[in-house]
Amino acid sequence: MRKITLIAVSLMIVGLTGCSSLGVQPWEKGQFARADMALDSEKLDQALDDHIYFSKEGSSGGRAFAGGGCGCN
Amino acid sequence: MTNNNNKLDSIAPQVIQAKPQTKHIASALALASCGLFVANGHATELAKNADDWKVDAALMYYGEQDRVQAIEAIGTAQKNFGDDSVLDLKLVVDSLTGASASGAVAQSDSQTFTRPSGNGQYKVAAGETPLDDTFHDTRVQGSANWSQASDWKVNGGVYGSKEFDYMSMGVNAGLERGFNKDNTTLFLGTSYSFDVVDPVGGRPVALSSMAIRDNFTTDEAYRAAFDATRQTSSDDKQTVDLMLGITQILNQRWLLQANYGLSSVSGYLTDPYKVLSVVDNNGTTEDIVYENRPDSRLKHSFYVMTKGALDSGVVDFSYRYSTDDWDLTSHTLETHYRYYFSGSFYGQLHLRYYQQSAVNFYQPFLLADTQLPEFASADYRIGDMSAYTIGVKFGHRLSGGHEMTYRLEYYQQDPKNNGTTIPGELQNYDLFPTQKAITAQFSYSF
Repeated sequence: MRKITLIAVSLMIVGLTGCSSLGVQPWEKGQFARADMALDSEKLDQALDDHIYFSKEGSSGGRAFAGGGCGCN
Repeated sequence: MTNNNNKLDSIAPQVIQAKPQTKHIASALALASCGLFVANGHATELAKNADDWKVDAALMYYGEQDRVQAIEAIGTAQKNFGDDSVLDLKLVVDSLTGASASGAVAQSDSQTFTRPSGNGQYKVAAGETPLDDTFHDTRVQGSANWSQASDWKVNGGVYGSKEFDYMSMGVNAGLERGFNKDNTTLFLGTSYSFDVVDPVGGRPVALSSMAIRDNFTTDEAYRAAFDATRQTSSDDKQTVDLMLGITQILNQRWLLQANYGLSSVSGYLTDPYKVLSVVDNNGTTEDIVYENRPDSRLKHSFYVMTKGALDSGVVDFSYRYSTDDWDLTSHTLETHYRYYFSGSFYGQLHLRYYQQSAVNFYQPFLLADTQLPEFASADYRIGDMSAYTIGVKFGHRLSGGHEMTYRLEYYQQDPKNNGTTIPGELQNYDLFPTQKAITAQFSYSF
């Protein structure tokens, strides 16, 4: 398990270093101001889906916290 | 619990200026709905700021073929304060009824099972998958989250939920910072929850045999045997979640999000209502025992998602890999594609594929001539399984920034044998039946 954590952190660092050369100028971000481009633009759907899958499948989380608060699994 | 872990979240939707009359109705509706989220005493205070609240509400029906039916109502209210701070409130009420698979296997004769409470029993016809039809619950969940943005964006929240036999309380906090001209956002979040499990009839003694009334001559003898299978006190479960995330703008239209999540759960993790059949070499049931799961679980998840702004819509693709020390690994692929038929009407397609491998103590049944294991569960939800979802959604943007959406989804689970040899009569039955479910949802935002 420690190995997995180490790999994850390493990937994050490598990713971050690579990211510094990525991106656009502030005035080129118009598309990201669209409401439908927000990461939580469908937060109710996401919450309902997460609840269904949390109670019906053996794994959860990923996009947000793994969750809990439900005696369903 | 969900978190809003990106700076992009704070970008306000492009709201068209409302006409006075519409705005009036909107205010009235907002005020009425806000009353749902706070104690009565706060309603007057909210009235002054009703126009500033953004409310999303949804009603969902989830129905499995011949099994669980659920109705879930969810409402969120968000208020942006001028100083870059945001308050999010959420209320969820859901109600579940119907039957769920108990974990026992089908037999050539009818079978009798004791209800979880110990009061009464139910019969399952020959050849049918045993379902526990006592499943009935209502859950109320509420949460509040506060976030404050400056160079660092911080957020904190509280959470609570209550159902008949289960209670959960939690806190969460997050820290977020933009780098590289805000093209890169790093997020670190944590949450802690404390859950109390108080099952109907008490917690079963691990792997104890179900006492069946028919096997006893008197009620007293049966009750004594049933009580011997129970621990009366409630138990608890604690969850600590950590999440590390990065969001990167790739170019003028595409962004990438990657998260690593670590979740440590400890305490009572057994499902008190699930059982296993103990069968002989002919596949005939000799005994029914209550399941037992380990009291800790450490889960890792890796999630990557890319989202793109198209001229006439928006599309995203995501992949999640999840693994834990129960040896359950899963892969999830998901995509949403939205197309705008006009400026105010869109259609959206949702596809999801999920595949998991069984936990190391999963067994579809136990064999009578072998020693009882320490941990065992026949719950198909932690067995080998694949599942897929196909969904469509239509959205209608109304004046004043209101939006109405309709969603219909089909979800199918295909449990699989984890490699267990099926003895005798059990070969005549589908021990891993397909589950089909429909979700219908109506949402309104204003």
